[in-house]
Amino acid sequence: MIAAINRTLAEAMRGDERVLVLGEDVAEGGPYTATAGLAEEFGTERVVNTPISEAAITGVAIGAAQAGLRPVLEIMFVDFLTLALDQLVNAAAKAHFMSGGQLTVPLVLRTQGGAGQRGAAQHSQSLESWLTHVPGLKVVMPSRAVDAAGLLATAIADPNPVVFVECKTLYFRKEDVPEQLPSVPLGRASVLREGGDVTIVALSRLVHDALAAAKRLAADDGIEAEVIDPRTLVPLDLEAIVASVERTGRLVVAHEAVEHGGFGAEVVARVQEAAFDSLDAPIARVGAPFAPVPFSGPLEDAYLAGADEIVAAVRGLR
Amino acid sequence: MDELGGEQAIRLLATMWRIRLFEERVGQLVRAGEIDGLIHLSTGQEGVAAAVCSQLRDDDHVYSGHRAHGHAIAQGASLGRVMAELMGRDTGLCRGLGGSMHLVDVEHGFMGATGVVGGNVPIALGSALAARLRGLDTVSVVFFGDGAVQAGHFTETVNLATLWRLPLILVCENNGFAEFTPRSAHTVVERVSDVVAPYGLGRVTVDGNDVQATWDAFGGFLQSARAGGGPFLLECLTHRVRGHYEGDPGRYREALAEEEWQEKDPIIRLERHGVAEEWFAEDELRGVAAGAAEEVEDAVRFGRESPLPPAGIVESMVYADA
Repeated sequence: MIAAINRTLAEAMRGDERVLVLGEDVAEGGPYTATAGLAEEFGTERVVNTPISEAAITGVAIGAAQAGLRPVLEIMFVDFLTLALDQLVNAAAKAHFMSGGQLTVPLVLRTQGGAGQRGAAQHSQSLESWLTHVPGLKVVMPSRAVDAAGLLATAIADPNPVVFVECKTLYFRKEDVPEQLPSVPLGRASVLREGGDVTIVALSRLVHDALAAAKRLAADDGIEAEVIDPRTLVPLDLEAIVASVERTGRLVVAHEAVEHGGFGAEVVARVQEAAFDSLDAPIARVGAPFAPVPFSGPLEDAYLAGADEIVAAVRGLR
Repeated sequence: MDELGGEQAIRLLATMWRIRLFEERVGQLVRAGEIDGLIHLSTGQEGVAAAVCSQLRDDDHVYSGHRAHGHAIAQGASLGRVMAELMGRDTGLCRGLGGSMHLVDVEHGFMGATGVVGGNVPIALGSALAARLRGLDTVSVVFFGDGAVQAGHFTETVNLATLWRLPLILVCENNGFAEFTPRSAHTVVERVSDVVAPYGLGRVTVDGNDVQATWDAFGGFLQSARAGGGPFLLECLTHRVRGHYEGDPGRYREALAEEEWQEKDPIIRLERHGVAEEWFAEDELRGVAAGAAEEVEDAVRFGRESPLPPAGIVESMVYADA
């Protein structure tokens, strides 16, 4: 995925001179090499290293966007987005609205979250549900390289602030990526596996766990699961999810984030409003317990939901 | 840099009168219940807005804080559209979606006010970064109060602005009070220009109620920023006549005596200064305030007669069309 993101950034910069990349250590490629080689090709005027000043650099990106550029800002870990939230929530998300449409903020804020690398509680969080609560932001959360590339290209072209939440444990996952990376519209879910017995809506890393779970359910239980990756949380392709649930009658929603107040709760509420009569069982959620991410390896492994939890949740739907 | 002289000084007086009388009228309309919300007036501080904005162009970018009416007006915003915005009307600058603390008038380069103290300081820097990358000679200016200086994003921005040497002019209106508390209760550094001293940027503290001094200091910085220099910090010592917001009981401060205020009032001082410099005779000024008063009444009428925004506007304005 990281190579696809890197390629897309380079293509966007080649295609539009208004695109600039800024963030901590971006000219050096960043900790995961997302921006590697960009400074060499486009120069440090357009690939701008910044000090560790999340609030100010987010404001800078907003001002640059309002003044006609298309900044792609990197906040190294989603955990540090906390320091930038005033600018993101109070300025970026509301500028178009509060100015009566005079201002636009074509900003992409790339960041990455997720646990699984023993990073402990301040470098492992999944905070996407906060962002989805703020009108004016769009929130993207890709699970596959081809989607990351296609959605990033669309996000850069979008006139609104888009928060692009990547997953650190998916960066170096082996994937086949086509030569041409087609752009992907925001707000369209992807059905990655078809099945008539249960719908599994999963986000980011859990998409791959859902696919693994579906395989096991088919082999061991004869249950055919349909796996849907919404890809963008705002706007959400509720239609695709509801259409699937109307066929299957059962739904499991899975994400890495803490279950309590997570985005899954919104999906559950929306589905039961739209398709209550189609449901044959209560909707189940899979997520993390209501606790910070622990450091110790076995504790972290136990903390994180994966294919086992999804299989158990599906089997529990009766 | 343009010297301040006769015609220009009269234009500045007209701007200050427009701000002064506009805001006095706003205060009345708040008390009469015709204007809602949190209203912060700049009465007494008009000299800074006039001296700064009248030297700027419409393609420069001006940002402000929560006490922003004067800056928008000085930058050229229509009094009627500002008043309509304060009244929450569809004809307001922001169609009634922003209000007093969020005025925006892109047509005149007024890129926005904010209700977050100091929140626009880094945004103005971003606009200066864009100007440099786009090869423009435009300058970004951000107004803020002394209360903003103690916020982290202020220091982060000064650090970045000096690191990148961008054409940003930071204009601090130091009225001595951060909301309800005197500066001495918030920091041991009395002068804002001293706070930024280690960064080595061009900086000066002036009497912000002395329009000539403010004009000259800002003009010098502007000339340099236009040529690619910067950043700069201009600290304007000024005086807020009204409370923090309309309705503030103001128990934390003593009002100035009328005679004392006459010595501080930027309008009276520029009038006296211009007469002493023989830029104009006193009787030439007679129409200035009256003209502004008329414009303000037209603005009130425009606001009152304007329709409210349509109900559907709220959901339709959240996102720009992709």
